[in-house]
Amino acid sequence: MRSFPAAVKTISEEEALPNALPPLRDLVACPQCDTLHNAARLPQGARAHCKRCGIRLITENRTAFAQVVSLALTAFVMMLAAVSFPFLELNVAGHHNSISVLQAITAFNDGIALLLAFAVAGFIVLLPLLRLSAIIYAIGPLARGQAPRRGAKTAFGLAEALQPWSMAEIFIVGVTVALIKVAGIATVTTGPAFWAFSGLVLVTILKDQLICRFSIWQALE
Amino acid sequence: MTSGLMTAREAGLIACVRCGLLHEKKIHECTRCGAYLESRDATSIQRVWALLFAGMITFVPANVLPMLKTNTLVEHSESTIIGGVFELIHHGSIGIAAIVFIASILIPVGKFIAIAYLAISVQRKSTLNQHQRHKLYEVVEFIGRWSMIDVFVVAILSALVQLDTIASINPGVAAFSFALSVIFTILSAQSFDARLIWDTDRTAHAK
Repeated sequence: MRSFPAAVKTISEEEALPNALPPLRDLVACPQCDTLHNAARLPQGARAHCKRCGIRLITENRTAFAQVVSLALTAFVMMLAAVSFPFLELNVAGHHNSISVLQAITAFNDGIALLLAFAVAGFIVLLPLLRLSAIIYAIGPLARGQAPRRGAKTAFGLAEALQPWSMAEIFIVGVTVALIKVAGIATVTTGPAFWAFSGLVLVTILKDQLICRFSIWQALE
Repeated sequence: MTSGLMTAREAGLIACVRCGLLHEKKIHECTRCGAYLESRDATSIQRVWALLFAGMITFVPANVLPMLKTNTLVEHSESTIIGGVFELIHHGSIGIAAIVFIASILIPVGKFIAIAYLAISVQRKSTLNQHQRHKLYEVVEFIGRWSMIDVFVVAILSALVQLDTIASINPGVAAFSFALSVIFTILSAQSFDARLIWDTDRTAHAK
């Protein structure tokens, strides 16, 4: 069996006798394999992985809340820029066409194209914005050391559920493929929004790395 | 093999799937976030199969029907996913053709097989390759969303290439059914309760 550097201890058979368990608040069960660990007294900066399946359970980092909130705010502002500035410009035979993400979405107005527009708008703009707002709302007060807002738990639960559906990074790869497909028939240049979007992807990845589910839920209590 | 490691269930506890807080078995609603508590997702495998079939069914029109409709001054053409890949190879963009082929054909088909294998192995209470199967599940969960690339390509192209009479590109039915197929398979992978992979060998040991 592989071993992982883990600061957490697993619960042994003797400890698990009724009444002998540590307080439930100090325990953490791996969400993927249900293995029980004791998470009490982790040192600052420690990362704990599941002893059985190896996924990351806890990152004990007290400055992470402020970092997550500031990155989420950054991403929010970049998203507004990415959506409204020109994204791609196309030149062919004297014709010029410049689109922003907003224009791209509103350009579709019939049948299948409209459904596609809804999907793109949702995955690229609306769900990521909703997720960022939920994170800022839920974690903002924690970063300032204040008590959580009302509904903060619902907001964070929502942010967690939305994660697989925010597809900004996939969109960027899609843009690259589209650029190369068009390159044969026209000259395509990227606008400022393309770079805003690329930056947004990096900031989002960094932010998601810093989110520790365990610490946030504990702080939201 | 698993000596020394004990699960929440064996300790008589249930972990909340939403916030992770542990509860005693008799409690049915999480005291922290209010989610419904269940030691294992009892309908997991059922939902996995239902959503997987939905994903497979919508994958058929996604490959047979046109994905892109291109109009230029001289011609009108429609291309399917695989047709688009051949076009790219024809233009010499082998790398991009590979990305599209991997994202739109290999990954979806690989996902169907992987999810089916995971579900069958759990149903058969297999105790083999648990670490590998768990890794496979993680890969499937991570990679699923990347199949959306081609849908976005179609959306970008049809928004960008609208030059009245010279050239225009419009999405075909396949773009929509492909998006649906990807969504169904993501939901199917999400419905799979990974804890089931690890349960079988413990129940086998207990008996």
